[in-house]
Amino acid sequence: MPTFTMRIFRGDTARGEFRDYRVEAEEGMVVLDVIHRVQATQAPDLAVRWNCKAGKCGSCSAEVDGRPRLMCMTRMELFSEREPVTVAPIRAFPLIRDLVTDVSFNFEKAKTIPPLRLKPPEPDGTYRMMQEDIDRIQEFHKCIECFLCQDVCHVIRDHEENKRAFAGPRVFIKVASLEMHPLDTRDRTEFVRATASVGLCNITKCCTEVCPEGIHITDNAIIPLKERMADSFDPIVWLLRKFRGQTTQPA
Amino acid sequence: MNGHAVSQARPPIAAAHLRKDTWWALPLAVVGVLTSFIVYSTWAALQNAHYFVAPYLSPFYSPCLSKSCLHLTLGRGLPEFTVPIIGVVSPALLILWGPALFRLTCYYYRKAYYRSFWLAPVACAVRDVKAGYTGETRFPLILQNFHRYAWYVAVVFIVFLTWDAILAFRFPDGFGIGVGTLVMWLNVILLAGYTFSCHSCRHICGGHVDVFSKSPTRYTLWHVISRLNERHPMYAWLSLGSVGLTDLYIRLVSMGVIRDLRLL
Repeated sequence: MPTFTMRIFRGDTARGEFRDYRVEAEEGMVVLDVIHRVQATQAPDLAVRWNCKAGKCGSCSAEVDGRPRLMCMTRMELFSEREPVTVAPIRAFPLIRDLVTDVSFNFEKAKTIPPLRLKPPEPDGTYRMMQEDIDRIQEFHKCIECFLCQDVCHVIRDHEENKRAFAGPRVFIKVASLEMHPLDTRDRTEFVRATASVGLCNITKCCTEVCPEGIHITDNAIIPLKERMADSFDPIVWLLRKFRGQTTQPA
Repeated sequence: MNGHAVSQARPPIAAAHLRKDTWWALPLAVVGVLTSFIVYSTWAALQNAHYFVAPYLSPFYSPCLSKSCLHLTLGRGLPEFTVPIIGVVSPALLILWGPALFRLTCYYYRKAYYRSFWLAPVACAVRDVKAGYTGETRFPLILQNFHRYAWYVAVVFIVFLTWDAILAFRFPDGFGIGVGTLVMWLNVILLAGYTFSCHSCRHICGGHVDVFSKSPTRYTLWHVISRLNERHPMYAWLSLGSVGLTDLYIRLVSMGVIRDLRLL
């Protein structure tokens, strides 16, 4: 049975360090299993947040060998026994203890999103949507709120001062799902530009790279939002809208 | 938003990153390829020679608009421009700003050069090199939002390059196909793939629509472009290579270094 050296961050904001633990890993084990084994056998006070162990709750986000990952979806076969495997808390958020961080920043940002404003119902009092109308936004509904995209986004990860202005990739896919909703009438262009500061995103696609659900965050949400923002200063689009008599309501 | 969770301390980890893989290899390769292309294309554009050998016109010089062109695209050419020190301005410099702007503001290339040249970030979960960061919120980077205008221009170039590729069948002795013809068509196909898989194209052709069921044509267009868009990076690199190699092929044939093989 292979034995790994797990180099796990221990401590809080006042004092923290990486400590090594030698752990045996059976075939098929994931990083979270090994962390649990450390907790059970060597460090009962090790703080780690987890829930479903199936890649669906988004609780066990961490940085394994420097890459933001879900611990429950990261198999130990990926790593070599010859080198320590580092496990660190996600670094963009305030540390509570060991591997647990305070991710409330993301929920506070989510509260600022202008909600759905439904168009009037059909004459028979119902709302109808066709499958092709909602295929696009269903991708965004796969988000499990693990916040790995928020963690890896250098705009806030490396520049704390941007946290006040910048909403982050998770918020942008939520905004995109509302903005592209076939029954919505609200125009969130100004919200995207001014409140969520999409201009700070330089589309380097790290959010997409780390998403465990495979959501094309940059291509399907952030760039379309940037393009919708660009619509507002494109005279060709303005003319076409005038020609078609299209109007939208501001947020 | 309130200040909760913003001002509190992060994990006290000093290292700029904890990655053990070769994260530096890709940005380094991008620097190498892009620098090589910029150096070669600038040199080729300044040459003002060996860009045409019947019936092939280099994509760096198409459309050829100057009166002194070896192969005029639109019949009547513009007068020659001269500037101090440089002298006569190469016809390539009159037009290359178009495709250059398209690639410079392209969403994919932005990712590539922000990582490789700006080092912001050089790789995912690797700390930015510079302390301050304002993204694309200020001049000049805020102009990246005008990418769609560069796309409009790029579409015009595809029309000209397609016309050149059609003319590449017209040899001095009549219809024919040479290796150069195939090279030019491959280049046009790859450039069209790159241009029509663009994110702005995807948005303009249908992405802006919220209710697809009421706009079936735009939905179909959006759907097709979305499939192409998945391969946008591939088209970006292949077309970059093809445009440079097409120029090189025509240049070498024109210089007599190699001979164009006539297939038909």
